[in-house]
Formats: sequence, structure tokens, C-alpha cells
Amino acid sequence: MSFDDIKLLLTQKFGETVITGEERIGMQPALLINPDHIVEVCMELRNNPKTYFDFLSCLTGVDYGEEACRFGVVYHLSSIPYHLQLTLKISKENDRSEDNLPSFPSITSVYRTADWHEREAYDLVGIFFEGHPDLRRILLPDDWEGFPLRKDYKAAEYYKGIKVD
Amino acid sequence: MNVETSKYNEALDRYNKKIADASVEDMVLNMGPQHPSTHGVLRLELITDGEIVKEVIPHIGYLHRCFEKHAESLTYQQTIPFTDRLDYLASMNNSHAWVMGVEKMLGIDKDIPKRIEYIRVLVCELNRIASHLIAIGTYGIDIGAFTPFLWCFRDREHIMGMLEWASGSRMLYNYIWVGGLFYDLPVGFEERCREFVDYFKPKMVELNQLLTDNQIFISRTANVGVLPMDVAINCGCSGPVLRGSGLKYDLRRIDNYSAYPELEFDIPVGKGLMGTVGDCWDRYKVRVDEIQESIKIVEQCLDRLQKELKRTPEFDPRAKLPRKLTPKIQDYYARCEGTKGELGFYFIHNNERSEIPFRSKVRGPSFNNLSVLPELGKGVMIADLIAIIGSLDFVLGEVDR
Repeated sequence: MSFDDIKLLLTQKFGETVITGEERIGMQPALLINPDHIVEVCMELRNNPKTYFDFLSCLTGVDYGEEACRFGVVYHLSSIPYHLQLTLKISKENDRSEDNLPSFPSITSVYRTADWHEREAYDLVGIFFEGHPDLRRILLPDDWEGFPLRKDYKAAEYYKGIKVD
Repeated sequence: MNVETSKYNEALDRYNKKIADASVEDMVLNMGPQHPSTHGVLRLELITDGEIVKEVIPHIGYLHRCFEKHAESLTYQQTIPFTDRLDYLASMNNSHAWVMGVEKMLGIDKDIPKRIEYIRVLVCELNRIASHLIAIGTYGIDIGAFTPFLWCFRDREHIMGMLEWASGSRMLYNYIWVGGLFYDLPVGFEERCREFVDYFKPKMVELNQLLTDNQIFISRTANVGVLPMDVAINCGCSGPVLRGSGLKYDLRRIDNYSAYPELEFDIPVGKGLMGTVGDCWDRYKVRVDEIQESIKIVEQCLDRLQKELKRTPEFDPRAKLPRKLTPKIQDYYARCEGTKGELGFYFIHNNERSEIPFRSKVRGPSFNNLSVLPELGKGVMIADLIAIIGSLDFVLGEVDR
């Protein structure tokens, strides 16, 4: 099943509004999905006997830079029975303030792998996942301030009153 | 704190309350990060009811070295030594994955000379044997068998010595470069490697007699920590953990990268010989069988390297090194079969003149294999939990990055 077939399958099932665009530069084309529908799309791709994308290879939280003010999540799905790979992308604009993190639906109900991956994206990039069962920091201490993989992150001068050299 | 931000602390509050409640009704037992059977700096919080583990809460991040942040300010070539430190027991496989991804983005993956491809596969498979030897040896020690550990380290030492001879370093090699290699193999490497293979084959038979078919070992591992295949796939397990659950899935065959399509080898899977498919013994056995397959691959590589791909005085492994590593604007997810499973690197490159990726992300196989532990550890005995942890074979360098 090719990239276009998958796109057609999704538009037939959910209508035109679900897929907001596509990226065809490079070797791995990506589908841009409306963030509100990502759970249904993943569920359909996983359960449809024509695709069976049963394995979530990778989930990446991305900060698209200070000027863009845009955050996104990239999903790499792969289908073990058909040896297919697919990239899905969702993104949203955000003002980068600490009180208003960019928020996306969590796909832990579809793939349990996403649990730790989403915690990592929350920890390092500061993306909030609605409906995640246990969204705590995972790699950094619970009392860490800021999100290090954001492009505007400044390393703190003091950690708990101790000067960092 | 206003209402909005408290939404972000909800999970932490819930977790703190759970631990506080559990300390009253059950017992909270802290295991690690310095406990030897947690294989590194992994900390597990166990909520226990007597000997039974009710819940396992893993805490990771004690070895976090900010790989992804570093990679945002270093060029593709400069990051290779950092990739060595991810899964430090199989450095060759890590740099191989990184390098293949970058070569693919540059579009030079077809121009790599055959000899270089075969040397890469040879050192990767030697490293895979070394990594699996550690997995088997330390697993024995977790269960209570001390001798296999010493035997495995003795044999691993020969591999370390050979790779040190080739690259100049014992564990963190920085040997595979984009477009080539650091150096050609030293003169006499192939012969010494063949000697090692001849020496090592009977040692594996001995090891099997000592550990694999040992009745005590079987009773500790068979039917313990059974991981069904559907759960393994849904939890993102890969490598020996997934194959132990009975699925024949190996990226060396699926993606057919590097020199693997020209090599003959089988993919061992868990068959449930001693208990149920997907138990700890199956995962252990898959690694033992993979060592045998890796030996086969090493022998075939040596055949080629000594005959049609023989070294010539004018052969230069650095001849194809690109002057500038500037890929076109693109996203690329490169994956390959590391020793622990699917090792992936995701690159976002958004500047044609830059040698630095905008963002790079590591998909560590150990990270995903470890995330299945809360699932496997529900309702088992504490001693069985040790067996389960050992059978997952993770390296904390890769979990924490």
C-alpha cells in the first residue's frame, strides 16, 4: 500500500478535514494531520486490515524555532505484517509561555509505547498531552525548571542555590 | 500557582499521594539506583504486599547526558563519538546506525565500497557477540550462577582486544565514519579473528552445558515474566525481547541494509521449549542463538575480506569521506537493528548550508524495552522481578541518553 493509498483511505473514512496537508520533500513523505483527530487516525491505521500499523517506532516532540512559535509532534509508525513505514505530523502555534504549554491529545490508548515517549516530550520540549495517564517528568528531576530542548532555553545559573559553572 | 499551571502538576500530585497511601497500607521498597541487579543506575520503586510486587514504578534519568541537546550544536561527524556512549556495550552498532542515516540523507549510501561495508558488518557483529555475552553473563549472576559470568567476560575480552587493535579504544570506538572508516583493519586482523572464532565455538557449547540446560537456571526462568506477542508489539518492544515472544522480526532482514542481503543467517525466535513462549528463558535463549548466527556472519565476512575483497596497498577507507556534510532540507528517520532492538535516529535538517541537524532524536531500543517492565512486574515475586529485569537486557546509557 503506497503513501497515496493510505491518504485516500483516510480521506474516505474521515473526510477532507482530517488531513491538512502533506510533505513530500525527502525520502520519507509525511502526512499532516489535524491535531484533534490524531487518536482516531492512529486507531484506524492500526486496526484496518489493509494497513495494520501496529508498531509505533518513534514519537518526537519538536520545537520549530523561536520565530515560528510552533510546536509539533512527529509519529513514525511501522507495520510489521506489511513492512510499511509512515510518518504523521501534527503541529500547533503557541506563545511559548510557561503557563500555556502546547497541548495535543495523547495516543497512549492506541499504542502503549507512547506512554514514555510522551512523558519524554513533555519533559524536554514542554508539550502537554491531554488524557495521558501519568504525565510526570521522566529524565529530569521532578523539580526541574524549564524545558531544555526548547530553542530559547537558557541554562540556569543556579541549581538550588548552588552556582553552576 | 494559578489554576492553569496546576493542571501540569496533577500527575505528580497523584503519584506522591499514591506513594504516601502505599506506605501506610503496603510497603514501599526502593531498589536501586546502586543495586547491582538493576544493571546500572535504574531505580525501581516497588509497592509490595509481603513477597508479592503489586506495582513497579521505574525512575530513570540518573545517566542523562543531554545527547539530543548536544547534537543540536555539533556537526554530524562530531556527534559520532557521542553516539558511541548511548549503548556503550555496542558502540559500533550505534555509530553504524547514525552513519547510515547521514549517508542516506547525503545520497552517498550506494557509493560506499564493498570492503568498507563488510568491515562495518564484521565489527558490528563482533560487538553484538560481546554485548550478548554481557547480557548472558550478568543474567547468570542475577540468578545466582557466578561461573558463566567469568567465562563470558573472558571471551568478551578477546573481542575487546581485537576491536581495540582496529580502532585504538576498548569500548568507545569512533571507528565508523560518514563515508568510510577511521582506518582500514590492521594487517593480520582477519587471521586473528578466525583464530578467535575457532576458539570461541567450543566455548559456546560449554556455556550452553553450564547455563542454558542447567535445571536450576531453567526453574528460575521458565514460565517467569511471560510477555505475549501482542503486548510486546503494542509496548514497542523490539530485538531479542520481541523475538523471544515468538515473532520473526529482524530489521537486518526487513530493511536489508549494508551488506546483510548478501549474508546467510537465520533469525532465532522463542519457541517455549522449557515453558511458555515469551518467558525469561526464551529471551535468554534467543540471545544465545543470536551469538551463533553472529559467528556465522563473522565467518562469511572473513571469507569475503580474505578473498575477493582482499586488502590492497592503494585501498583508502577515507577516500570517500565527503568534504562537507550538508544534506538537502529534509526529515529522515533511520533505523537499524542494534543489539537490543530497533535503534532509530530521527533527523530534521532545515538549512542547506549547515552541517548541524536542527533536531535529532534517538529512539533507543532499551528505552522501549524497559517501558514494558511495569506491565511484566505486576503480581510477581521480588526474586522473579530480578529475573525479569535481567532478561530484558537494557543499557542505561541508552535509556537515559
